[in-house]
Order: sequence, then structure tokens, then C-alpha cells
Amino acid sequence: MSPEVLVILAICLPAASVALIWLAGSQPNVREAVTLTTAVAVFGIVLSLLLDVLAGARPEVSVIEVMTGVSLAFSVEPLGMLFGTIASGLWIVNSIYSIGYMRGNDEPRQTLFYMCFAAAIASTLGIAFAENLFTLFVFYEILTLTTYPLVTHKGNEEARSGGRMYLLMLLGTSMVLLLPAILWTWATTGNLSFEPGGILGAAPDPTFISILLLLFVYGFGKAAVMPLHFWLPAAMVAPTPVSALLHAVAVVKAGVFSIVKVVVYVFGIETLASAGTTDWLLWVAGTTVIAASVIALMQDNLKKRLAYSTISQLSYVVLAVAILTPISVVGAAMHIAAHAVSKITLFFAAGSIYTAAHLTEVSQLKGIGRSMPWTMTAFAIGALSMIGVPPTAGFLGKWFMLSGAMETGQWLAVAVIFASTLLNAAYFLPIIYSAFFRTPDESEAASHHGEAPLPIVIALTLTAAGTVALFIFPGVALALSRLLVGG
Amino acid sequence: MISQLPALQIVIPLLAAVLCAVLPRGNWAWAVALGASWAMPVVAGLMLQEVLANGPISYAMGGWEPPWGIEYRVDAASGFLLMLISIVGAVVMPYAQASVAAEIEEHNVPWFYTMYLLCLAGLLGIAITGDAFNAFVFLEVSSLSTYAMIAMGKDRRALVAAYQYLIMGTIGATFYVAGVGLLYSITGSLNFVDVAARLAEMETSRATLAAIAFITVGMSLKLALFPLHVWLPNAYAYAPSAATAFLAATATKVAVYLMLRFLFSVFGIGTTFDALPISEIFITLSLAAMFGASIVAIFQQNVKRMLAYSSVAQIGYITLGIGLANKMGMTGGIVHLFNHALMKAALFLVLGGVVYRIGTVKLPDLAGLGRRMPVTMGAFVIAGLSIIGTPGTAGFISKWYLAVGAFEKGWWWLVFLLVTSSLLSVVYIGRVVEIAYFREPSKEVASATETPLSMLVPTLVLVAATVYFGIDTTLTAGIASQAADVLLAGYR
Repeated sequence: MSPEVLVILAICLPAASVALIWLAGSQPNVREAVTLTTAVAVFGIVLSLLLDVLAGARPEVSVIEVMTGVSLAFSVEPLGMLFGTIASGLWIVNSIYSIGYMRGNDEPRQTLFYMCFAAAIASTLGIAFAENLFTLFVFYEILTLTTYPLVTHKGNEEARSGGRMYLLMLLGTSMVLLLPAILWTWATTGNLSFEPGGILGAAPDPTFISILLLLFVYGFGKAAVMPLHFWLPAAMVAPTPVSALLHAVAVVKAGVFSIVKVVVYVFGIETLASAGTTDWLLWVAGTTVIAASVIALMQDNLKKRLAYSTISQLSYVVLAVAILTPISVVGAAMHIAAHAVSKITLFFAAGSIYTAAHLTEVSQLKGIGRSMPWTMTAFAIGALSMIGVPPTAGFLGKWFMLSGAMETGQWLAVAVIFASTLLNAAYFLPIIYSAFFRTPDESEAASHHGEAPLPIVIALTLTAAGTVALFIFPGVALALSRLLVGG
Repeated sequence: MISQLPALQIVIPLLAAVLCAVLPRGNWAWAVALGASWAMPVVAGLMLQEVLANGPISYAMGGWEPPWGIEYRVDAASGFLLMLISIVGAVVMPYAQASVAAEIEEHNVPWFYTMYLLCLAGLLGIAITGDAFNAFVFLEVSSLSTYAMIAMGKDRRALVAAYQYLIMGTIGATFYVAGVGLLYSITGSLNFVDVAARLAEMETSRATLAAIAFITVGMSLKLALFPLHVWLPNAYAYAPSAATAFLAATATKVAVYLMLRFLFSVFGIGTTFDALPISEIFITLSLAAMFGASIVAIFQQNVKRMLAYSSVAQIGYITLGIGLANKMGMTGGIVHLFNHALMKAALFLVLGGVVYRIGTVKLPDLAGLGRRMPVTMGAFVIAGLSIIGTPGTAGFISKWYLAVGAFEKGWWWLVFLLVTSSLLSVVYIGRVVEIAYFREPSKEVASATETPLSMLVPTLVLVAATVYFGIDTTLTAGIASQAADVLLAGYR
């Protein structure tokens, strides 16, 4: 099949599986088979596209011209390819995990869960392969709407208020800030396409650039740059596979991915660097990195701690982009990939602990490493990657960011990266230490829960292995990241 | 036959109305009304095709040549509106049978269809006529039949609502006819094209300005421009469901059209927008509607009333486009006229189904409905997303054009107000969704089943249309932009 058809298939297949999952609703095994088959098929399609893109192809498809000059169109470029590969790959693992988790915890409304999950993946791939800002916006909004039923899955008051916050913050930022930013770009340039070097023209007004960038950065509320980050901790009420989807596979990644994409393909790194009015972004991102780490340090709830860790890690990507050198943008792209595999491992581990031992607080985890060695080893690998210790994936992104920052003498960024590495260590290492080296409480010792169900253990082992593998074999990710900045 | 299409557009529903009135059985009347209303889109479609290919159609009623006789005139703007009214009229009709039988006393059923067809004829008449006084006659035909339809509502408050609308509507019509009278005294003509030509040769006098003011205020009342909207919420809330859906989609839109015709075609944009602060007035009132009515909608307990206030807010978007008075803004306003008709009709049809099953549309009573009537409530969610203006739905297209229009004027603050106001609709649509999906069903809801098919299919057709016209806009935005051209150019 031609790459153009594959692009459409990659998006339509998960969308079509929504209907199949609904039809198979009364037979859980068939239903999960549909999910897994689709996930594998989509990953296969995406890999085949990956080969084309690495070979230099840029498949483009225009579906329909919605308004004069504004089309629903797809085009696969390196960054989108990277994001698409991660999302579709992690969907398989996440589905395996979901089966263990949803059945293990006897969750209600599982059919709706799998339907929304597939729809969210379809929209994520739509975001990844969007050819222009309009298409990106369409799928960005659909992603918010299809994940809302997942966030509110539990259906209790807490889930409802978390969902309300989720919907209002994400729809609010995208409608009030992002849409005007897109309209403004359209009104100024008459062009919404993503083009290498940007579309704003030779020397746009620096003030205009600065305001437009502000609108975009906060308009992509999914990137959770402070002070618009509240929705992410609020969304922690969702079941763990959903948190994994939110934090690793799709939602927040869509936010930072979009920011990187807009900076590289709408503004252009050089245009932004020469405008010189974007220093505020370094400060905002730096503050978010540090502040979120400090808050994470103070959380006893494991999932809350992970949520603030995500906020902090996302702003690494924004920080890397704000450094505005090609090498730091490579770091941003690498960090998107690295954070995805490591954070999903951490969430899988948190969910595994909840499923097997029904524990949610950090202070309850003393000695749990003995009864759940697989889970806690995976957790340790994920945590090390968050800190940025080799041989884990997290090291790579930070390395490129630091090189970029030092090359341009941006000592603020350097300081932020060092300080937050220490903070990361401070809130992750004690968990690992107490899990493996402290004696369990009496109640914990008495419960004999053992490991979580097999699908969960398989899933988290896979992602932990992925975290190490990405460090040892960074070839493909690195190649895509370098293609992104044209070298 | 083809050359007589403009006359058929009016004559068919008018004669069918009379026929319905003498039929003894509700179902017979329904069959007649169904036939008549389904003929309408065919007639309107053929004419619109002709107009888009060969330019405006002029038809001399009874063979009396304009400007002496009454002229029926179809151009891109009026053709677009005829199409809209015909489609909504036709889609609601199959739905009406079950809904009307459930909500209206049996002996009144033939009367309901009579009124429905009279209203249809009146609304189509306003859109098609090229004569100011004839427009008044059709305005009264549609209004009087509307009052009767509203009064047939099951709730006794429907009578008060109908009376309230009668008073307000009559005041509006009086303003309009006073304006037309002034115009006649100045120009000695009632034909739109003729009046426009004569006005162009004259200095703009105080009498002309007064005529503009009278007609604008009169029409603003009929189209429920904030703060002249007070008749609307009760009328929509207590009318029979099928009537509400039909009226919400068409009645206010026709008033908008007639006002556009006068402001742009008859008086000309040079007179109205330069001599009077019409742009400022419309933009201010539109913003007040978009925010004020949306906020009021958030606090409604009756979902029908909530949607009625939402209509007032959405009409604000249409009038905002008029206030912008540039091509993009006008296109946005006109396309929203169409899009809003589709989605609001869809929403009211959903509520009709809910009334049919559980007998109420009070918000707390809808608890758990999302699980009992998944398709019906799914339709509500999608049409609701279109009200919010989510991309991929028709509502987004309107807002896009309006915002581009505002940017073209350099009014970036207006863009922000526009998008902020749509956030309010997230809240009122979201309230319904939360209650319908997250609350445990009450006893009535627990035994409820899906809306009957004859009512569900028309609803889904409209919902599908709101999605379709959010993606393929050649028919909507394409024709709307031609209509904007026609209006901005005037008759000259």
C-alpha cells in the first residue's frame, strides 16, 4: 500500500475499532481481542511509515478543503513520526496492562473504556500526522472530548469534579487562547501549514511573535505549563491505565508535541532566536520545572507525586525548545520519547501496587520490593530515567538539552536542569530505598499479596526494558530528532 | 411548471393548510402536511440551483409586472433561506406525528397541522417576496399561526406565553409596518428593488432614517435581539415540542433575513452603516446577548428554557456578523443562521423525545437518562458540541468566519470575547451531560426506553447534518458567502 493510504489507515483503523469494540461489548474476550489486534495492526502500519520517513519520504494526504485555504490534511514529518510511533507502540502495552488492571479491579463500564481509549488513540495519531494548525486543532479537541469519559470513569463526585476541571481547563485554554492564536496566524499569513523554517515570513514584529508564542504555549493547555497545570493532578482520579494514557501515551505528550511542532514549523527556530523576545519562556518553563518538583516532594500520594513529576518533566521539553538551538530541540524530541516510556513504567508500577496490595501512599511502601520485585525493579528503572541517570532513556534528552544550553551560554537553563535533577533524586530515591531496604509494616507483612496479575507484570516489564533499550539503541529516535532540525 | 416554482413554494402549503382544517382525522391531516412539507425542499432546491447557475429569479405574481404588482424574487440570499426553512419544515414533519399525538388533544391535531402549514407558508413568503407590504402580510400569517401553535402546548402556561408573544410580536409588526409606511411616503413604492433605486437618487432624509429605525426595531423584536427577547424563552419552553423545534430553527432566522434585506439591499450599506451607528449598536447588543443570555441559560432548571436562552445567545452570533458588515463577518452570520437552525432544531427534537418518554424536561429529572436513552442523549451531546463550536461541527465554521471577520477589522478583542462566550455554552451543555450520565436514574427514567424510531430518525438526520456541514462546507459557507456578496452589493 502507498504511504498515503497508510496514513489514513493509521487514523481510521483505531476509529473504526470503536464501533467493533461496541459491537463486541457483551463478550469481553472478543472485545479485548479487537483492541489488541487493532493496536498491533496500527503499530505495524506506523512502523512501515517509519521506514518511509527515515528513507526521506514525507507522505502527504489532503482529505477535504473545509474552508477556502483551510484543509483537513495530513503530512508525516520526523517529529510527528516519533510521536506516532511512541503512541501506537505504547497503546499495545497499555492495552495488555488495561486488561489486567480493569479485570483485576472489577471496574464497571469496560466497553466504554476501551471505546474511548481507541478513539483517543485515533485522535492522537491525527495530531501527530496533522499537516496544518487547523487539522491539529480538530484532533486536539477530539482528544480532550474522548478522554473526558475516561477521566470520569469512576462516576463518583470526585471523578465528576476532576472531569469538570479537566474539560473546562483544556477546552477553555484551547478555545480562548489557541483558537485566537491560530486565527491570528491565519489572518496575518494566510497560511496554516507546518513548513520547515516557519511560516511567519522574514522578519515579523518581535512583539507580535512574543504574544503569539504566549497564546500558543498556554493555548496548548495539555502541556501543563504553570500556572495552567491544575487539571493534571485533578485528573488523577481516573483508573491507572487512563493516567498512563494521559501522562505517557497521548494527552500531555500531545501538548508538548504541539508546542515543539509550532515552534519549529510555524515560528521557525531561527526566526524566534533572532526576534529575541522570548526569554520569558525560559523563565516560565524553568519555574514550572522547579516548582512542580518541589510540590512533588511534598506529596505522599504516589499518583499525585507522579503527576507533579510529569508537570515538571513536560516543562523540560518546553525549556529545551526555549533554548532555541537545533541541538536543544533534538533534546526536546528525545525527551518526549524518553519521558513517555519511563513515565508509563512508573504509572504501571503504581497501578500494579494498587491492584495487588491496594496501597496508594508513598509512606505505605516500606519493604514492598520483597513481595513485588518485578514491579519495584521496573519502578526503579523508571525513576532513574526521570532523574536522568544512565543507562536509562532520561539521560539522553537531558544531555542534549545541557549541550544546547551550554553552547549558547544560557546558564539559567543549565542551573534549572541541575537543580531539578537533585530534586528528582530527592523524591524518587527514598521510595526505592524504602521499598527494598526497609522492613515492612506488620499489616503489609501480614497481607501476603505477591505480584500483580500477569498482564500487568508483562506490561511494566516491557516498558522498563524499553526505557533501558532506548538508551542503548537510541538510533531511530535520534535519527528522527535530527531530521526534525534538518541535520 | 418550472417557471411557476416561486408561486408553488407558497401556494402548496397554503392550500394544504386549508385542506387540513377541514379534515376530521389527525392522521389524515398529518399525511397532507407531510406531502406538502416534503414538496418544499424540492421546489426550493430547484430554484436555488437555477439561481446559482443563472442569477436571480424574478416572478410577477398574477402576471402583474413589478413594481406595480407583487414580485417574488429569489437570489442567493433568499434562495438559501428558502432551502433552510423547507428542509427544517420537512424534517420535523415525520417527527411530528407521534410527538403531536402525545402532546396535543386529539380534536386539536388537524388544527395543529393547519397552523404548522400556515406558518411554513408565511415564513417562506417572507423569504421569497420582493415587496415590503407583502412581507408584512406574510409576517402576520406566520406570527398568528405561531401564536396558535404555542397556545396548543400541554402546559397551561403555554397560554400566557402565547399571549406574551402576541403582544410583543404585534408591537414588532407595528414598528415594521410604520417603517414601511414612511418608506412608501418617501418613495411612493413598495417593491424592494424599486425602492432601493429611488432612494439612491435622493438625499438621505430624516424620514429615511426614521424608516430604518422603525424597521430595525420591529425586526429586532421578531428576531429576539437582546434586550427585545423576553417573549422567546416562554414561547419556546411551553410550545409543543415539534413546534418549538420548527420555530427555533426558522422563525427568528426569517426575521434576521428581512432585516438584512432592508439594511443592505433596500437602504444600502452606505446609508445605514455610515449615517447611523448600526454597527456599534449591533455589536454591543450581540455581545450582551452572547454573554447575558448564556449566563442566564446556565441557571435554568428547565432544559427547554435553557436552550431557548441559548438561542438568544446564538442569535447574538448572527447579529454580530451583521454588525461586522464585511464579507467574512457576514458569511459567518449567514452561515450561522443555517447552522444554528440545524443544531437547535436537533436539540429541541431530542427534548421532544425525552418528553415523549418521561414527560418532563426538568434538569434533575433527566438523571441517568444517558444510559437509558443512549442514542437520543448521544444526539444531544453531538448537537451540544456544535453549539459550543467544537471543530468538526457546523458551529465551529460559523465562529471561524466571524472571528476572521473581526480580525480583518483589527478587532482582536472581539475575537477573544467571541471565544470566551462559547466557553459559557460548555457550562450549560456540560450540566445536562453530567446529570444525564453521572446520576443514578430515577424511577421514571429507569423504565424509559429509546425514543420511537419515527422521532429518532429525523433527529439523527439533523445531528448528522451538523457534523457533515462542519466538515464539508461547500453548500453552507459557499452559498452563504455568495449571499453575503449579494447583500453587500445591494440591488445596484
